[in-house]
Amino acid sequence: MTEFWVMGGYARFVWPCFALAAGVLGWNLWSARRYYAAARVRVQRAIAMAASEQS
Amino acid sequence: MWTWFYRLASPPHVYRVAAFLAPWLLGAAAVLIGYGVVAGLVFAPPDYQQGDAFRIIYVHAPAAWLSLFAYTTMAVAGAIGLIWKIKMGHAVAAATAPIGASFTLLGLMTGSLWGRPMWGTYWAWDPRLTSELILLFLYVGVMSLRPAFEDPGRGDRAAALLAIVGVVNVPIIHYSVSWWNSLHQGATVAKLAIPSMPGSMLWPLLSMLAGFMFFYGAVLCMRLRGEVLNRERQATWVREAIKT
Amino acid sequence: MNVGAAQALQLILRRELCLSFRRPDQLLQPLVFFLIVTTLFPLALSPELSLLRDMAPGILWVAALLSSLLSLDALFRADAEDGTLEQLALSGQALSVIVIGKTFAHWLVSGAALVVMSPLVATALGIPVGAFPTMLASLALGTLTLSWLGSIGAGLTVGLRRGSVLLSLIVLPLAMPLLIFGASATDRAITGMSPAGALYLLAALCVFTSTLAPIAATVALRITLE
Repeated sequence: MTEFWVMGGYARFVWPCFALAAGVLGWNLWSARRYYAAARVRVQRAIAMAASEQS
Repeated sequence: MWTWFYRLASPPHVYRVAAFLAPWLLGAAAVLIGYGVVAGLVFAPPDYQQGDAFRIIYVHAPAAWLSLFAYTTMAVAGAIGLIWKIKMGHAVAAATAPIGASFTLLGLMTGSLWGRPMWGTYWAWDPRLTSELILLFLYVGVMSLRPAFEDPGRGDRAAALLAIVGVVNVPIIHYSVSWWNSLHQGATVAKLAIPSMPGSMLWPLLSMLAGFMFFYGAVLCMRLRGEVLNRERQATWVREAIKT
Repeated sequence: MNVGAAQALQLILRRELCLSFRRPDQLLQPLVFFLIVTTLFPLALSPELSLLRDMAPGILWVAALLSSLLSLDALFRADAEDGTLEQLALSGQALSVIVIGKTFAHWLVSGAALVVMSPLVATALGIPVGAFPTMLASLALGTLTLSWLGSIGAGLTVGLRRGSVLLSLIVLPLAMPLLIFGASATDRAITGMSPAGALYLLAALCVFTSTLAPIAATVALRITLE
């Protein structure tokens, strides 16, 4: 089992790579979700402003 | 027969399709990446020359491939927006840019970590590495140009032109290993040739490649929804769509 | 009055050169910048001519690149600000002819001037006289290519507030392959190897850029002008 973690001595190169990959994938998901949420808020605000202008 | 294609020019249609596709693409990505990581880390045998360090290929190669694929998508989408004036083309280009840039960065960083044990250095000014770095700068240039214009339409068109001009770099990166004497290894998986890798090593790699592609599609759909909302803020269909 | 394309090109060239020489300080500034930048390297790195000789092609090229960037910002800006550019675009002449004329004039007063000045700087950096022909040829081809590439960036950023920074951000990555080939040509000449291959590549790059860049720059101008 420890062999797996040691990665033949290359552990300090292999594991950071996979961690970076996980980080980048995670960032992409988080960033895309945040972008969409911010866009929704902006649209709702625009609708609210248009509604208050009409009334 | 081509109606599905023409409908892609319509923002509400794109919004709906993206919402529908995203979870499926993400699910497929999860399965493929999950298998790829497990098989690549556990079941693939260590390489004769590189030992266990070769396993970095399972994140490095997909990241680098995707950086090229995303840039080409950005350039093509920008061209569609510029030439045929289809606004959704610009939306796709804008959504793709940060995703592609992040993969370029991942490719460079994982490549650097792989280079240290293999070549003895974190960096080398070798054609493939250098042109991949130039690709990152091109991404940054496109992402900086778009918001610099007051008129967003103008910004879209300018960014599209820049992306198209920069696409010359993509074949340079891809062929750099065969055109120049490069430290970087040549193509492992050529389109029609039988790859030089044994199956137990190859299948996880192909799975990771496919998984990253599906992931890119999923995140693109997610970002695209935000882009469409931002661009179509004033349209009436948005009011109904927002409620769901 | 119907003016043919060749005549229009001549007129534009004459106009640009006239305007440039009317402001000699603006002509000289990039050249002085070139001299200053090349001076920075020996100060920062090492005054040993034997060491400088190895780095000299790179130093020359980076300095040429940076000083070209300075003058590129002004390629379309003055005309855009006072409305002349729009008039030229509406004039009925192909906008690409105007772009070609302006860019070539820009090269004549900046790039070509750099090439003329380069033997002076080269001697200061320890480049042997035998390498001069290659150096002059590579700088001539390279600065011309740079002017074409820069015209695309200038067309995209004219009228933007922080345009000059963006211009550099856009043009420099595009110019990197040029830098690699250009510096290697002079490098080979200095070390005694044949620079023919690198020079041919440079020439090919120049032809490729000369034919396609004006199209891109014209499209860029139409995007920013409309």
